[in-house]
Amino acid sequence: MADPVAAGRAEPRGTRPRRALSRRNVMLYGVLIVVALYYLLPLYVMVVTSLKGMPEIRLGNIFSPPMEITFEPWVKAWSEACTGLNCDGLSRGFWNSVRITVPSVVLSIAIASVNGYALANWRFRGSEVFFAILIFGAFIPYQVMLYPIVIMLREIGLYGTLSGLVLVHTIFGMPILTLLFRNYFASVPEELFKAARVDGAGFWGIYFKIMLPMSLPIFVVAIILQVTGIWNDFLFGVVYTKPDTYPMTVQLNNIVNSVQGVKEYNVNMAATIITGLVPLVIYFISGKLFVRGIAAGAVKG
Amino acid sequence: MASDTRPRRPFRNLSAKIASIPMIVTAVCVFLGGTLWTVVYSFTNSKLLPRLNFVGLDQYDRLWSTPRWLVSIENLAIYGVLSLIFSFVIGFLLAALLDQKIRFENTFRTIFLYPFALSFIVTGLVWQWILNPDFGVQNIVRSLGWESFTFNPLYDANLVMYGIVLAGLWQGTGLIMCLMLAGLRGIDEDIWKAARVDGIPTWKTYLYVVIPMLRPVFVTTLVIVMAGIVKLYDLVVAMTSGGPGNASEVPAKYVYEFMFRAQNLGQGFAASTMMLLTVAIIIIPWAYLEFGGRRRG
Repeated sequence: MADPVAAGRAEPRGTRPRRALSRRNVMLYGVLIVVALYYLLPLYVMVVTSLKGMPEIRLGNIFSPPMEITFEPWVKAWSEACTGLNCDGLSRGFWNSVRITVPSVVLSIAIASVNGYALANWRFRGSEVFFAILIFGAFIPYQVMLYPIVIMLREIGLYGTLSGLVLVHTIFGMPILTLLFRNYFASVPEELFKAARVDGAGFWGIYFKIMLPMSLPIFVVAIILQVTGIWNDFLFGVVYTKPDTYPMTVQLNNIVNSVQGVKEYNVNMAATIITGLVPLVIYFISGKLFVRGIAAGAVKG
Repeated sequence: MASDTRPRRPFRNLSAKIASIPMIVTAVCVFLGGTLWTVVYSFTNSKLLPRLNFVGLDQYDRLWSTPRWLVSIENLAIYGVLSLIFSFVIGFLLAALLDQKIRFENTFRTIFLYPFALSFIVTGLVWQWILNPDFGVQNIVRSLGWESFTFNPLYDANLVMYGIVLAGLWQGTGLIMCLMLAGLRGIDEDIWKAARVDGIPTWKTYLYVVIPMLRPVFVTTLVIVMAGIVKLYDLVVAMTSGGPGNASEVPAKYVYEFMFRAQNLGQGFAASTMMLLTVAIIIIPWAYLEFGGRRRG
């Protein structure tokens, strides 16, 4: 948010007429502000609701600010909310998600960056064909591959475990990350690569000594992409894990949409915010890089 | 790009080949193999366990005569068409507004895009709360004096998909805005100057010059968004769990229910193959246009 003004934009030349309150500006900013408020509304409602007590919520108006701020719903969501028979709150799901996300991100980026590097600089016969299949894999609905992967995981004894889910995330992260790294490494000046070759550096030498140090930004983009993607995943979590190992999103859904018991809307909203907090924090910190990540993911090179 | 002119020798790039093994295994075994496996087993009568007992097109016959599946398809069509139209129109308008060299552009962009960082589960639960008839929008408007006001999409079988579209738009429009904005930034400033010199009004420049120029961006965005729409699952689970009744059922959910709940694998495989077919219909013409026509390095 605090980013400096975008670089690389065309510089306006000459003098511009200054009309701060022209009709055009009022319209322009008016529309933008109204839309911005609409976009912020759900976040506001979430925060406000999670800080109210249940009696206050029953009075109505979800938009009114809390008369009496209480953090009890947050505590309850974190450590007491029930899913089925387990009443240890979202904390379990949180730590499961951490234990899923961290290794998945590290593993998928390590593999994909080397793959991307091989595809960009060390093409071999057939490499483009495999890459094409990989990219098509990104578009295939996951539902088609769900069950074969269940069988694979069962065969290697990882079905229902966190490691199994890590493997799944690594597999499904590969298309987009490989594309990202391939395009990045392909944009590195070829002279650099050739000079290193002349000096006798091999595949791994060039990767670790030249490519890796100069590609920090793309690694950050990849980390952002993967952390938010894996943290927000629901489908793989619900298919490949058991209640003990449910990631946070699955547990959150079970807490909020459970049919038993009295609905505690404030606890539900607190749980929802806590789940959304990790990607939100990453988003607000990373700013431009997040945008670059989705643009890189979206636009082919 | 480096190796186009090099001679081919089997052990030439050995390290590169070894390093690519994970990619090759994923591409061939999981993506290609898994897909073929599911397609093959969709022609069997597998129930609890996958069995190679072929029954021809029986599963597909049953699929297309199951009301629940027909509802799923209809719902996906409603969601798809509405969210495509609205997210493109709103996304493009927002991008065009942000492209007017305004102040606080970064702030506005950050606000429009932040829902995209949230999961569909979080999105769905928030909107479920906002649309809650007893506490949410309906209640507030009623308490302002309009007693008969009814806005209760999530519990109305006829309206439930529109409620889901509302949440989906909130989450996804920022992405489209961002892609469109990137496209608009790529347009040469001189074109704007030329249009201004010729006295063409801004809206006409957008309509007849800029939008045609953005065609590649539109196409790419369209493909990404459509491939995402077919996968619609988490949002429905979070907002309505498919209810009321089966009114907000979607194909991805149908697949999940039959594969993992109803122990009817064959139906699940047939349904997921239909999803694959839908995506193929979207992707193949695009891939052909994009990569088939003009070969690039």
